[in-house]
Amino acid sequence: MQYGLYFLVFIVALYGILFFFDNERIYRALQISQDIFIQILPVLAMVILLMWISNYLLKPSTVSKHLGKESGIKGWVLAVSFGIISHGSIYVWYPLLKNLREQGMRDGLIAVFLYNRAVKIPLLPLMIYYFGAAFVAALTFYTILASVVEGKLIELIESCRAVE
Amino acid sequence: MDTMDEKIKKRIATSFFKTIRSFGVMLPMLAGIILMLGLFKVYVTPEMIKSVFSGQPLQDALLGSVIGSISTGNPITSYIIGKGLVDDGISLFAVTSFIVAWVTVGIVQLPAEAALLGKKFALARNGLSFVLAILVALATVMTIGVIN
Repeated sequence: MQYGLYFLVFIVALYGILFFFDNERIYRALQISQDIFIQILPVLAMVILLMWISNYLLKPSTVSKHLGKESGIKGWVLAVSFGIISHGSIYVWYPLLKNLREQGMRDGLIAVFLYNRAVKIPLLPLMIYYFGAAFVAALTFYTILASVVEGKLIELIESCRAVE
Repeated sequence: MDTMDEKIKKRIATSFFKTIRSFGVMLPMLAGIILMLGLFKVYVTPEMIKSVFSGQPLQDALLGSVIGSISTGNPITSYIIGKGLVDDGISLFAVTSFIVAWVTVGIVQLPAEAALLGKKFALARNGLSFVLAILVALATVMTIGVIN
């Protein structure tokens, strides 16, 4: 909490300083921040609800079984799927992931979830329109593959650190 | 002795307050990130992003990953900028790494990720995502080349 407060104070101070040099842009920045906040509110509400559900329903043993060290291929598939399905800004999902990690979710699967947010199903038609279906199909395939590679590497790094 | 209903209500209330407390702790960081995004969107324009690319494929691919890493916002913006870059003759390799890094690497959000998920995890994940953005771009463009 302390670090978050210091960060917020720093940003507010930055706004204050920049306001003296360029108040028009600062007003615009505040307006944009307000718009972003309004835009993410539904996703924030959904994340809070999901956190509440996970706190109520999920026991650490359940999370460990499906997303923990013993979850196997099922865990990877779940992480890939939830990453693709999740929407909204990435930082909104950090609290839920922190929650799940405290309940036993592996770091590798957290990385997989975050990477697969690059696959945006609702935006695929636009991407196909701009870059073509073959490009989008190849990009989607390699993105999912890269997510698993990243997850495995994260776990390898952590196991090396644990040995040290 | 509590009935089953009372136990369930108690558990619902406990998990609700636990959730609100966890979220409350993270709120200052989230507020800071949103304010920082406002500044970013005002001071870093799509035109500024486009002006960075030189036309050299390898250099642009690395630049694409760098620019995508520090950019933020709706991915639609990256598609629109990317399409513009392709139309201006910038290599698809560079544009693809830019689009992938835009979503997978988050320098702007790094403070929040480090605070909530740990500094080592955040640095490792973003570092790997940066490199993988370039590799994914390479694989995608080469595959398209083979198909075409």
